[in-house]
Amino acid sequence: MNDAAVIAKDGEEHGARRLRFEIFRFNPCDPDSRPHYDTFELDDAPGMTLFIALNLIREQQDPGLQFDFVCRAGICGSCAMLINGRPTLACRTLTGTLPDTVRLSPLPVFELIGDLSVNTGKWMRQMSERLRTWVDVAEDVDLDSLETPMDPDAAQAIYELERCIECGCCVAGCGTAVMRESFVGAVGLNKMARFRLDPRDTREDADFFELIGTDEGIFGCMSLLGCDDVCPKDLPLQTQLAYLRRKMAKVTLTG
Amino acid sequence: MKVLHTDVLVIGGGLAGLRAAIAARRRGLEVTVLSIVPPKRSHSAAAQGGMQASLANCLKGFGDNEDVHFADTVRGSDWGADQAVARMFVHMAPKAIRELAHWGVPWNRVAPGAQSAVINGEKVELRERAEAAGLITARNFGGTAKWRACYVSDGTGHSMLYTISDQAIAASIPVHERIEALSLVHDGARCRGAIARNLMTGELLAYTAGATCIATGGFGRIYEVSTNAIINQGMGAAIALETGVAELGNMEAVQFHPTAIFPAGILVTEGCRGDGGLLLDRNEHRFMPDYEPEKAELASRDVVSRHMESHINKGLGATSRFGEHLWLDIRLLGEDHINTRLREVKEICQYFLGIDPARELIPVRPAQHYSMGGIRTDAHGQSGTLKGLFACGEAACWDLHGFNRLGGNSVAETVVAGMLVGESMADFCLGNEASVDTGLVREFFEREQAALDNLRRRGGAQRVTALNAAMQSAMTRNVGIYRDADGLQAAVAELGSLLERCADIGLQSGGHGADPELVLAYRLPRMLKLALCVAQGALNRTESRGAHCRLDFPERDDSQWLNRTLARWPAGAALPELRYEALDIMAMELPPAWRGYGSRDFIPHPQQAQRQREVEAATEQYGNRFERQEALMPYTHLLPERYRSHNARLFEDGQGAFNDPEAAGGAAE
Ligand code: SF4
Ligand code: SF4
Ligand code: FES
Repeated sequence: MNDAAVIAKDGEEHGARRLRFEIFRFNPCDPDSRPHYDTFELDDAPGMTLFIALNLIREQQDPGLQFDFVCRAGICGSCAMLINGRPTLACRTLTGTLPDTVRLSPLPVFELIGDLSVNTGKWMRQMSERLRTWVDVAEDVDLDSLETPMDPDAAQAIYELERCIECGCCVAGCGTAVMRESFVGAVGLNKMARFRLDPRDTREDADFFELIGTDEGIFGCMSLLGCDDVCPKDLPLQTQLAYLRRKMAKVTLTG
Repeated sequence: MKVLHTDVLVIGGGLAGLRAAIAARRRGLEVTVLSIVPPKRSHSAAAQGGMQASLANCLKGFGDNEDVHFADTVRGSDWGADQAVARMFVHMAPKAIRELAHWGVPWNRVAPGAQSAVINGEKVELRERAEAAGLITARNFGGTAKWRACYVSDGTGHSMLYTISDQAIAASIPVHERIEALSLVHDGARCRGAIARNLMTGELLAYTAGATCIATGGFGRIYEVSTNAIINQGMGAAIALETGVAELGNMEAVQFHPTAIFPAGILVTEGCRGDGGLLLDRNEHRFMPDYEPEKAELASRDVVSRHMESHINKGLGATSRFGEHLWLDIRLLGEDHINTRLREVKEICQYFLGIDPARELIPVRPAQHYSMGGIRTDAHGQSGTLKGLFACGEAACWDLHGFNRLGGNSVAETVVAGMLVGESMADFCLGNEASVDTGLVREFFEREQAALDNLRRRGGAQRVTALNAAMQSAMTRNVGIYRDADGLQAAVAELGSLLERCADIGLQSGGHGADPELVLAYRLPRMLKLALCVAQGALNRTESRGAHCRLDFPERDDSQWLNRTLARWPAGAALPELRYEALDIMAMELPPAWRGYGSRDFIPHPQQAQRQREVEAATEQYGNRFERQEALMPYTHLLPERYRSHNARLFEDGQGAFNDPEAAGGAAE
């Protein structure tokens, strides 16, 4: 038996509570499909995650149910959805932490592929292209020599911000992103903060200002911090957004 | 029929595929990448602990170099690896990591002065050299003589993948996301591209290409419990197999990782043990030193996993409501260390187990982890039987890992192979005409279209999820860590009958657009073919080597089995056709011996002693390690010219000798 089967069987044997799932359904490829919620029931079990639960529903009740899981370990960012209205990763949400009735909806803002599946990949690539989320390496480096030293703490500070998994929770939880399609979101702003820290990135504050010193960037952010609340990787979004705002405002004043 | 043409078609958007794409793009070619998920979601992101590269910057890495990394890799492979490929790899790994450092990966760096560490259960202090300050540091991993696994906390694969993926965006390489290759277009001698399906709309597409590269990763999902992402169903290797022309190598070589959390099967990194974590049994007794006095928890993965399973079989496993397991103890590393170097592990424990690993034990049990086998290629990454078809990374078998891969060698392999195979594809495209016969493309397109239509319409009696579960169960029961003839015969028979039953699959859903049931229905027979290659290969191989362990043939048998299994699937056949490719012992730089851990018994090859004498003579004859290496097993001609120079190291001279000035000057430690 695989892990899901082991856990589900355990639930049946121990007379667990009954969970009720209300799941958003819509297939844009099917002209007859209309957006609605379907209800499914399942026995809860200790150790059961929404990854396990949704797969059981698909296996036993509706083989056409669409959702996205890849790593099922909380590291790839595929499975973000609204769980009782809150954007978070489904794969690492234990059903034991949820009430008896669970409403699952796809993330807003992103293009809907079907049911719970949304196209975060396309959104993230466009954001990366706009903000140029990379270190410019036009020149080939000599790969035979020792690497350039870097301060150990600086490397760790960059990793702190690089832990973002592009799950889209911060975008789905953001008032500005919902209203303004072109807003780069906390995910984009955090990336700018990450590259600003990186000694290998040759961009100056004026260059970053070009990219995010607008209403689609840092000045569109209303500091309500929905993003910081929902980020599943606990990125320090609040601190980074405040810092960027100060720095960019300074460029406006001096620029 | 929609046809898209590109010079290089890369199937798979993980580390290997993207690095190969960048290499070909830099040579001026048009490159298109197909990926079934957004590339940053690829399984490469799950590599936590580290990338092996012999930089020798940290104290415990002093004296490391290509030779040491090479020997570790070949021993790890239980002499199944292609040693010339292993040489290319260890030579390239420092270049690859330095390139990534330049591109933005925030590798953890050496902090000079006293640093505390845990070694063999004891707290020790290491004094890092001032000269090494800020250079890339490394941690310990299993089966290695030096601390060589360079890391970014325990998100190494994540950082590497994000950096390379962003570099691919910077190079304007289009990635066609959620597109799955269903078959390779070929004429029996030359591969010309692929027929693919849009996983959002169900639309079929044809891609034609001068060179086609498969980089789709491993096939762990043919097993019940695997650390692999759920997308790791081996489709790239399977469509290569279905050409009937390309061959798969060493499919029976499947790795089981010692520390998957129980029962979910999610990986916690080998870095836990590398950094000093211990394995405990039901009595909280540290049992690994009883079996492996030298290496204890840090023997190779195949060896540790076997000891763990047999320890559980002796009744010494801990029990939980889900079954038996052992404990991983990282409490002794301390909260600070866990919060900075093992934070993904901490999150996994917190979310999936509800425990704090700084205070509590982690329940673990070995689970399927890595596919050493894959599409057989030469040292340039090209199939020997189907020209224009390339493969790299876990999907490939150019044969770096033989029968067991060392931890940290896989992410290193992905980027090294990407760098090299991207170059080979560019050479191939620039040296060959790219015209494609549209009739051929149409034939393959229509074949796929008909197969899908048939699957949707036929309304058979078999349920796809039930067949999938039966396959996974058969593999886990009979083709797992311990194998024997009875179990393997049963597996081959069962998998064969499951494959037959696939012809009678009926869909419950409509089978339209993104329908997940349809997707599993067409993938399942392909997975079963891979599973049959694994089981049949394991049945035929009457010896134990690396991760392939036969209870009925417990010794490694170099007299019969110093070879590589090659599997081909002729059109319409019920089973794969296997043949064997000998490994030339007289060309080996490191002739077979005891690995330094695990079983000491093996049946030697008749020429072993002779080759051993030659190697020893060369060692005496040449003072310099480069000359000795060149005399024993030349390999630099296999590399592109730009990558042939020696790698610089702190404290290493031009002759390749390492001189730690403090040790030489007699300075006190
Ligand atoms: S910043 Fe946090 S919430 Fe936003 S995409 Fe990254 S990981 Fe997700
Ligand atoms: S703080 Fe800014 S980015 Fe975050 S949710 Fe509010 S508006 Fe959006
Ligand atoms: S499936 Fe990867 S984060 Fe949930």
